[in-house]
Amino acid sequence: MSLKLKALLKSPWVFHLSTGSCNNCDIEILDCLTPRFDIERFGILLAGSIKHADVLLITGSCNRKSVERLKRLYEQVPKPCLVVAIGECSMSRGMFIHSYNCPEPLDKIIPVDAYIPGCPPKPEAIIAGVVKLIGKVQESIKKK
Amino acid sequence: MIYVVYLIVYGFLLTAVVGLVASWIDRKVTARVQYRVGPPILQPLIDIVKLLGKETLVPKGASKTAFLLAPLVGLGGVILVSTLLWLNNINTSNTFIGDLIVAVYLLTIPSISIIMGGFASANPLASIGASREMKLVLGYELPFVLAVFVPVIHSGFSIRLGDIIAFQAVNGAIVGSWSGALALIVVIMCVQAKLALVPFDVPEAETELAGGALIEYSGSGLAVYKLMKNMLLFTLPFFVMILFMGGFRLKGIQLLYSVLRYVGLVALITVIRNTNPRVRIDQAVRFFWGPMTIIAIVAVILAFKGL
Repeated sequence: MSLKLKALLKSPWVFHLSTGSCNNCDIEILDCLTPRFDIERFGILLAGSIKHADVLLITGSCNRKSVERLKRLYEQVPKPCLVVAIGECSMSRGMFIHSYNCPEPLDKIIPVDAYIPGCPPKPEAIIAGVVKLIGKVQESIKKK
Repeated sequence: MIYVVYLIVYGFLLTAVVGLVASWIDRKVTARVQYRVGPPILQPLIDIVKLLGKETLVPKGASKTAFLLAPLVGLGGVILVSTLLWLNNINTSNTFIGDLIVAVYLLTIPSISIIMGGFASANPLASIGASREMKLVLGYELPFVLAVFVPVIHSGFSIRLGDIIAFQAVNGAIVGSWSGALALIVVIMCVQAKLALVPFDVPEAETELAGGALIEYSGSGLAVYKLMKNMLLFTLPFFVMILFMGGFRLKGIQLLYSVLRYVGLVALITVIRNTNPRVRIDQAVRFFWGPMTIIAIVAVILAFKGL
């Protein structure tokens, strides 16, 4: 079990899913892969298919149409997997909090492991969030 | 019994280790070309260990047996062909009539396993990827076989790998002749297509097909495919070295030269992949049936003339 999780932390392949975001957070996620930040140093790759992914990066305010897709994709990720909420919308629905179309925040729909605030969060903030997530999982391994 | 040792030690373990290192070289060179730092050396191994620990999902409506068997078929093909190559490379008398043809056949098995897995996974994108892979195989096999014919002519019409290596040990590498150099260009292009790397990565185009034929694979199935591709990254340049550069010599200073040649080939493949855009499948087939076949035919004619 612990070897499995250790290897997972050394090569987390991410899949990013927009549940009705304004695309700003998605651009910031892609910025992390550019030469300036180069998160491939830590083995992080962007996966094209959900079946290859280990970490689900979710942006956007979870509107009624995309919630179904979100649930279906969460069921399709091979477990063990981690979920990261990126940006204000995915955490509290941001400015869409009173909208008829965004009934529930993300963490009421699927379990979330880390929250990265910001509108949009800087690439540095995303990397800091990933570091915190890795630390959290490492501590949970130690406790076991 | 000795052949079982060859199969496990050389065919699987050594090829896998060298293949993983080669795939690290590939990723590191790619990163340096793009002014990045790149992954640590153990990264390819960690990826495979991670994938082995993950859940394997079989999609609804997929043919379960074919879906789970396809990666193993491909891996088996690579292990067999690398065993055959090592056998000939270590001792040139370990050869039999027609083992060159067997090697050419076995090198197609990985592509066939990808086609099998793609069609078995009941996903439209995977089906498109698999059909593109099939067209690509049809495209590159003709110039590949023609170019492989050049060393055969040079070594006195011998279809034994051992004879080709022994001929080059006496008369110098085949790449030194005009026909050999032309054939080497063709073979490197075909290797690029066989590895499905960038100018010819139409079957698994990340941006359009999101992984192509491998889109539905997860966990251990994907791990076996990754391992197969990493092993191919050793086996194919090794095959090219045996045919055109006198094999992988293991004695004294020759070992250093062989390693340098191998790393050079991998770096060349990587640079080609980093400096080119992806072609369409019709362009790829036209490229292989047009210019590449013509160059290969010219090389064969030159080889007949003794050049």
